[in-house]
Amino acid sequence: MYDAGKILIGLIIFLAFATYPFYSNMGKAVAKPEPKLDTPVIQKMEVKKCVESKEFMRAEHMQLLNQWRDAALRRGERLYKASDGRTIQISFQNQCLKCHSNKKKFCDECHSYAAVKPYCWDCHFAPKEAKR
Amino acid sequence: MGALLSFFVVIVLVLIALVGVKGAGLYALFGIVIPYAAVTTFILGVILRVIKWSRSPVPFHIPTTCGQEKSLPWIKYNKLESPAGTLGVIGRMALEVLFFRSLFRNLKTELRDGPKLVYGSNKWLWLAGLAFHWSFLIVLIRHLRFFTHPVPAFVNMIDSLDGFLQIGSPHLLMTGVVLLLAVTYLFLRRVFIPQVRYISLPADYLPLFLIIGIATSGILMRYFYKVDIIKVKELTLGLATLNPEVPAGIGVIFYVHLFLISSLFAYFPFSKLMHMGGVFLSPTRNLANNSRMKRHVNPWNYPVKVHTYEEYEEEFRDKMKNAGIPVEKE
Repeated sequence: MYDAGKILIGLIIFLAFATYPFYSNMGKAVAKPEPKLDTPVIQKMEVKKCVESKEFMRAEHMQLLNQWRDAALRRGERLYKASDGRTIQISFQNQCLKCHSNKKKFCDECHSYAAVKPYCWDCHFAPKEAKR
Repeated sequence: MGALLSFFVVIVLVLIALVGVKGAGLYALFGIVIPYAAVTTFILGVILRVIKWSRSPVPFHIPTTCGQEKSLPWIKYNKLESPAGTLGVIGRMALEVLFFRSLFRNLKTELRDGPKLVYGSNKWLWLAGLAFHWSFLIVLIRHLRFFTHPVPAFVNMIDSLDGFLQIGSPHLLMTGVVLLLAVTYLFLRRVFIPQVRYISLPADYLPLFLIIGIATSGILMRYFYKVDIIKVKELTLGLATLNPEVPAGIGVIFYVHLFLISSLFAYFPFSKLMHMGGVFLSPTRNLANNSRMKRHVNPWNYPVKVHTYEEYEEEFRDKMKNAGIPVEKE
């Protein structure tokens, strides 16, 4: 091997980059996120149903929230026609957060796991959570 | 022809993932075994390839320069274009690796009426290449959010810088779009410039199609056919912590994306993509232009048996004298 020193330094740098995910996580066990749906308002509901189905909300809630933002704030449309025929008042503060008043245990649980930082809270107040 | 062949290879790869996951339900194979095998092939392959290269000596001192060489003290020399020492070489290599300095000098050559040979500036390849490589790097770093927990601050910072236009939700990441546009340009260039098309082989098209496939499936997955990102992270983090498991219910497009990436990783050490390591080992760039100061000895030179004139005269002196040939020593 010619220039062995330089080649080895280069390969070590390559290895350090290529295996970064492996050694930076060494011996770590990460708890899976478990968003909680046990707020008082949800518990009092007879039919526990969000605006749309659970699967839809899981995958598309960010897009729905974005559409609601555009509809309510930019076009002044305050009514949303859900896919099951219900008409729902568009309001993040009074609809979404009425039930999901547990931001830390509901929103942040998954968002911090997936390193997502939604800018909802640039404008909205985070709900005041009772300390348990 | 080459383009079509490569295109069909990528289509077949997509179909393999679709059939394997959706049809045969081989989740563990496509979610765990193939990614691990691909990453192992990538890391070992790159190392072995570089070691193989390092066994080849550089017989000649061949830096290609385009600046004044260091010579007499009152002649100003070009430290970056014609470096005389290690520091200059490092600077030159950094410009080469980070900003593609050589490609910046790329010219187009045309034969015009006359006939006249005309050279012109041609920066598009440089620009698209730079956009492609940098956005690919940023996309790669951004993906660390799936492989680390807690996610390091630099990854979060890059992510928020990348999405600072705050278009839509999930917010649009610029580098994804730039990556796809740039790689599409690099492909179209091969198709539409006749000279480039003539020298293009299937091995030139395959990485482009693979990367187009990867970028497209990634963009589709983020903005259109969403998958459960939490389950995806459970899978990827499981891979990174060597504790793999496949959560049920991840959309098939994720497996297509993962299989195309695995293919790219496994193909990497055997392909032209090894220019990632090769750029550092280019003798025309990584040697200092100091051949007038230091003698470069070809490492494979063997000791040559020589017979000097002194020895020759010693051997034949008597015969030379007899024949009347003048000799140096009596």
